[in-house]
Amino acid sequence: MSTTTLPAAPAAPAVPPKVETPFRRFVSEFAESKIALGGLIVFTLIALIAIFAPWISPQNPYDLAQLDIMDGRMEPGTVGGDGFTFWLGTDDQGRDMLSGIMYGLRISLTVGAGSALIACLVGASLGLLAAYAGGKTDSAIMRLVDLQLSFPAILAALMILAFLGKSVTNVVIALVIVEWAYYARTVRGTALVERRREYIEAAQCLALPTRRILFRHLLPNCLPPLIVVGTMQVARAIALEATLSFLGLGVPITEPSLGLLIANGYEYMLSGKYWISFYPGIALLITIVSINLVGDQLRDVLNPRLKK
Amino acid sequence: MSVYLLRRLIQALGVVLVMSLIVFIGVFAIGDPVEILISPDADQIERERAIVALGLDKPLWLQYLSFLGNALRGDLGRSFVFNEPALQLILNRMPATLELAFGAMFLALLVGLPLGLYAGLKPNSPVSKGIMAGSILGFSLPTFWVGLMLIMVFAVQLGWLPSTGRGETREILGMRWSFLTRDGLAHMAMPALNLALFKISLVIRLTRAGVRETMLMDYVKFARAKGLSPARVTFVHVFKNILIPVVTVVGLELGSTIAFSVVTESVFAWPGMGKLIIDSINVLDRPVIVAYLMIIVLMFITINLVVDLTYSVLDPRVRLEGK
Amino acid sequence: MKMLQKVAVAAAFGVFAVASAQAQTLTIAVGAPVTSLDPHYHQLSPNNAAADMIFDRLVNTDERSRQEPGLALEWRAVEPTVWEFKLRPNVRFQNGSAFTAEDVAFTLGRLPNVPNSPSSFAAYSRPIQRIEIVDPLTIRFHTAEPYPLLPLDMTNVRILDRETHERSTTEDFNAGRAAIGTGPFRVVSHRMGDRIELERNDTYWGERPAYARVNYRMVTNDAARTAALLAGDVDLIDQVPTSDLARLRQDQRVSISERVGLRLIFIGLDHLRAANENSPFITDNNGQPLGRNPLQDVRVRRALSMAIDRRAIVDRVMEGAAVPAGQFLPEGTYGFVPNLPPVAFDADGARRLLAEAGYPQGFRITLSSPNDRYINDARIAQAVGQMWTRIGVRTAVDAQPWTTFVARAGRADTSAHLIGWGSNPDGSHPLRNILATVSRDRGWGSSNRGRYSNQQVDALLLQSLSELNEERREELVIQAQRIAAEDVGVIPLHIQTNIWATRRGIAYNARADELTLAQDARPAAAR
Repeated sequence: MSTTTLPAAPAAPAVPPKVETPFRRFVSEFAESKIALGGLIVFTLIALIAIFAPWISPQNPYDLAQLDIMDGRMEPGTVGGDGFTFWLGTDDQGRDMLSGIMYGLRISLTVGAGSALIACLVGASLGLLAAYAGGKTDSAIMRLVDLQLSFPAILAALMILAFLGKSVTNVVIALVIVEWAYYARTVRGTALVERRREYIEAAQCLALPTRRILFRHLLPNCLPPLIVVGTMQVARAIALEATLSFLGLGVPITEPSLGLLIANGYEYMLSGKYWISFYPGIALLITIVSINLVGDQLRDVLNPRLKK
Repeated sequence: MSVYLLRRLIQALGVVLVMSLIVFIGVFAIGDPVEILISPDADQIERERAIVALGLDKPLWLQYLSFLGNALRGDLGRSFVFNEPALQLILNRMPATLELAFGAMFLALLVGLPLGLYAGLKPNSPVSKGIMAGSILGFSLPTFWVGLMLIMVFAVQLGWLPSTGRGETREILGMRWSFLTRDGLAHMAMPALNLALFKISLVIRLTRAGVRETMLMDYVKFARAKGLSPARVTFVHVFKNILIPVVTVVGLELGSTIAFSVVTESVFAWPGMGKLIIDSINVLDRPVIVAYLMIIVLMFITINLVVDLTYSVLDPRVRLEGK
Repeated sequence: MKMLQKVAVAAAFGVFAVASAQAQTLTIAVGAPVTSLDPHYHQLSPNNAAADMIFDRLVNTDERSRQEPGLALEWRAVEPTVWEFKLRPNVRFQNGSAFTAEDVAFTLGRLPNVPNSPSSFAAYSRPIQRIEIVDPLTIRFHTAEPYPLLPLDMTNVRILDRETHERSTTEDFNAGRAAIGTGPFRVVSHRMGDRIELERNDTYWGERPAYARVNYRMVTNDAARTAALLAGDVDLIDQVPTSDLARLRQDQRVSISERVGLRLIFIGLDHLRAANENSPFITDNNGQPLGRNPLQDVRVRRALSMAIDRRAIVDRVMEGAAVPAGQFLPEGTYGFVPNLPPVAFDADGARRLLAEAGYPQGFRITLSSPNDRYINDARIAQAVGQMWTRIGVRTAVDAQPWTTFVARAGRADTSAHLIGWGSNPDGSHPLRNILATVSRDRGWGSSNRGRYSNQQVDALLLQSLSELNEERREELVIQAQRIAAEDVGVIPLHIQTNIWATRRGIAYNARADELTLAQDARPAAAR
């Protein structure tokens, strides 16, 4: 177990060595994998596109005044009524797919990352607490998890829709409600094993504050499975949002996410108008693959047990 | 041990109670079943009659109390839509969903474990990198989209598999199962694969992560140093240890597959519980929703209990409370 | 794609032997699930379709929804308050029991007494005060007031057998035990929400169905239904998605049958809030309350209607599967208003009208719409949103599932909502339910979710409802509809076309009433 405790030792040197700061070490370890580096570059690009979509996209696809159904379902490369070229074609409303995808990325990333992050914070904290405290606290939290896991996303989304109406924020809330339990369950499972280990006992013997033990000692050792679940859940949240959109419960139709674009185009798959769902699908695929490439490497780098 | 189980049982009852209450209030808040179910040209008198017929004329708390009263006698109410006991309706649909979920799980383990093991043991080989990259595909695309693609390729273009439906069934223990007939299996293949894709990726990734960590553990190093064969090290020492996260997640996944294979069941017109629950939610068929979620929550509690018990068997370091 | 061609070639060059061997079984995939085989449990189109294969009505309807003799050969009002029906002789139920006037009386007595029914058929027996059995094949219905709609009501009532069904519960019907009628098919098995298996009733009194066995499957996902047809797993599908229409029309393996239906898609407007009140989803251009409800001004309503390019919606969004409409019913139905074409598209005129009404800069509005109820509902709403925005009425579209949408629309918690109405083929039906002032006593305005109210319309409708002379009654119904149309009570968009697709070699007689009936499918005439 010595391999695990040493890197997490609390006594950090007052003056860090100049040559190797933890950050530099982290960067150099991360850059060991060329694929992960590629993933990071692609993801950065995607994130930039999403952030700057309003300034770089050819059209504002959320402004109904800029759309014309007479331009609907045009093939990629078609020149529209007012001389505007639709490089990736248009959807049924005459929405430029290229602009739609840029804006859609914004929504999807917000929804996916936002909900995964919040759900992870909530879920991991509760899971840690459950494992560490045990007893009644553990039971209460875990029964709450049981309740949550059995509660369908659709019903949660419908309830939120009825209470709060339709908006991107409300979709995030629905996803957090649905997802946090997965994190809690995963973290608790690992933490249960970890907390019996010697280093925790050692920390307890030193009478370190609970919060410190939880977050400085227990949490880092629960990170690997958490990151596995986490990076997948970002993808899953984006896909789940697509499913909610498919069921009519997702983001507002006039502000389509990638998922909603795919769900819309889905109906045109059989008729050969592939571009309506194909290009958003590709965009979604690239996004999720790049997130996961980065996530995979992060997991390996941050994992204290893989340290040689 | 029995004290522990008893305590879990009491907690379970509490959770079921809370669930039924949440659903009651939730459905009430979402909308009005009569407004959805009634013929649009029904006049006010007919609407009032329907409200009484469905028992929705009383205040909500009274409706809930009478539901609890009936539930104690084993009656979970009758479906608004089908006029059949909700419980029976759900149980009739259960085999279809169970076999699909287990089929998907089986596929996931069959494909996922070996691939994950390989990727974990040889993390730097190109094949492993291919496996890992491929596994990302499994959860990047929405289920409904992949489902339709499967239908287009295997049913429409190639004509190998039937497009939708459940096919021939055989009756065992008063329930219809389709995995016992060739035709039934052919109908099951695509929906099961559709459901399994995400789980395959999950199992691959968990297995790989577990293997990579375990290989660096002292006891594995020690086992190797002792000169045990690589196969023995892998399958006895490593495998046993990676099972914990895999068991947790697989358990949860099995639960959520049984409970919410909604999309797959609608795309493939598979007459299971998932389709029942989405249809029931769409028309706010409250008795079915409440009964369904009570069953599902019980199922999750059981799965979690089993998972917890498995932990203690697989890993003696975990001790059960009150044991 | 190669595979497709091969299949097409194989089909074209005659796998005729196979085709004729299979001709005995017809597999149908329908989009809406049948929830009960009890014909009086739930007034719901798919249930009615299932019932119309198993049972009969006194008055049947043909593919254009015109009345024709069913179990009754003829009917007339012998007195203003007495309808007499002459019944068809020598008709037997599928279990051999004879059909007589007793059974009709039993059926009408059962309508209000089906336990737990979420939407009963009681309204069809309510006007009848007393039933008089003159002889086994003659029955009279006595009503309190003259009631011209009684034959129309009878097209909704499936007849049961007194001997067989006296103690039958809805569960007995669902299990198939009691699903015994006089209709063209008998039930072999029923798996709820999955499929109904039927076989031909060889003792049927009417035209013999072409197929000996029918497999009536429910496939709710649109794309999956089309795929099942293309894969050759099913022979006939209904509710063909408009997005697949162009492709299916070109496919050699598939035939399309279609007919203009009875369902109008329209926009309901907020008439509930008075002219000096705020409508909940209308604001000025800065998002501030207007302090008045612009929809109370007929010029604004007319402008909103003129701003809509119905042809574009039909061509682009509906891909041709609809006809632009200016009223509820299609041409050729009872109560169709002549010389009332769809409002012509005129964006400039609409802007002028808005300016005249005091809104030269327009205002903001939210158009609420379901997204899972009508064909392309949310897409139409967005298209309307585009068109309104272009005349200066900045429109947000709020598309929700029917479940939550209908709750809000029912509370009149919208300013404008897109919705549909499937009419009985009689102009009084939409008048009574959509355009008449909401009234519990009269049973009017049941789906008048915008709370439209016009005294002239009400008066004419009231008069028509006791007019037994069919010509004069039609005149009144037409007049009332014309007034409501000029007042822009609602904004009609289009009437849907009902579409079925079959494997080539099978012909389906497309129906106006959207029902998918196995007896309407036949092998196509040899080419």
